[in-house]
Amino acid sequence: MTWRDRVMDVLSRVADPEIPVVSVVDLGIVRGVKDDPKSVVITTTYSGCPATQVITSDIRKALDDAALNDVKIEMALSPPWTTDWITEAGRKKLQAYGIAPPPKGSGAPGLKNAQPATCPRCGSIKTREVSRFGSTPCKALWQCETCREPFDRFKCH
Amino acid sequence: MTANEALFDYALRLGDDALILSQRLGEWCGHAPAIETDLTLTNVALDLIGQAMLLLGYAGEVEGKGRDADKLAFHRDATKYRNCLLVEQPNGDFGRTIARQFIFSTYQRALYQELTRSSDRRLAEIAAKALKETIYHADLAAEWVIRLGDGTEESHERMKAGFEWYWRFVEELFTAEPADAALIGAGIAVDPAKLRAPFDAALAATFAEATLALPKYPRPITGGRKGRHSEHLGHLLAEMQFLPRAYPDAVW
Ligand SMILES: [Zn+2]
Repeated sequence: MTWRDRVMDVLSRVADPEIPVVSVVDLGIVRGVKDDPKSVVITTTYSGCPATQVITSDIRKALDDAALNDVKIEMALSPPWTTDWITEAGRKKLQAYGIAPPPKGSGAPGLKNAQPATCPRCGSIKTREVSRFGSTPCKALWQCETCREPFDRFKCH
Repeated sequence: MTANEALFDYALRLGDDALILSQRLGEWCGHAPAIETDLTLTNVALDLIGQAMLLLGYAGEVEGKGRDADKLAFHRDATKYRNCLLVEQPNGDFGRTIARQFIFSTYQRALYQELTRSSDRRLAEIAAKALKETIYHADLAAEWVIRLGDGTEESHERMKAGFEWYWRFVEELFTAEPADAALIGAGIAVDPAKLRAPFDAALAATFAEATLALPKYPRPITGGRKGRHSEHLGHLLAEMQFLPRAYPDAVW
């Protein structure tokens, strides 16, 4: 295994602190691995996301524990994170966890949350937005009209 | 003013606007009309804090005197703040808060849209990131303006009163500072006069749907960009800065 593969392997097991079923790789916040100096490039979801510091220190610890102490962490501002970068595996994990994943290609302005979400409990598409801002910056609050359960939806961004 | 000082001042202004408004919105935490609204206003505040950290962090780098975003936020007096007067005003009722949010986010959306093309790479990158958040804020505020304006007699009156109160602070948003001319010429800063047309268009569309009449512009009040603030900013800073000023060595 090259050091790059080892780094990606380690990162694929670093959980998001707020949604622990998905890894930082699933969420698309790991942008790549670079040589000279050896570093992983990460980005933030929302500029004010309070999980950013925790994510950075969790990644640092995971790298150190895997004897990858020499790999630096670099923060990238651009291009800005989009929910299109959430992996297919990540979307499935979100759905199973009870959070409706954002539809693909929904990051473009004008398409924001226009499509109804699929209820992660019963699969109904008769759902409505309760509040566009939810328990974390990345989630909106929705409700299913069929089973009546409220649920989180990953905001299209 | 050197080119570097002008850029510092420009980044500071953008950052201060975001920081002070986020502090004001945070005051709604636990007081909003419904829990969803509470979450909404504090989420917007959080986005704005993030933007302020990026912008003030950059301002500190440009200045080159070792001040980071925290130092600039917590160890500066009111006269050194460069935010517009609009964002420092007390919240008033929910209608007034929404009027301010609509004015500010609509302006900020137009500003960031232009700033993504800045010749200053960092400003362009920050704008591209922040724009995605600000589009949400502007949409949200517009929806509330419509809901309250085209709601009950009471909500209509409050929405109208909110805009009438804030109207005197609109002019300042579209006024350039003398030091900006060189920055605008170099394609670094956005000429605020260019933002007036998209702002007015968004305003007219939302007001029509909200059954609100455009208020007449009163005599404008300006001065925030030069550090001449209303008494309210001092009170806001006293609360925001207390802990790091009283315990300068405190760490998280
Ligand atoms: Zn359901």
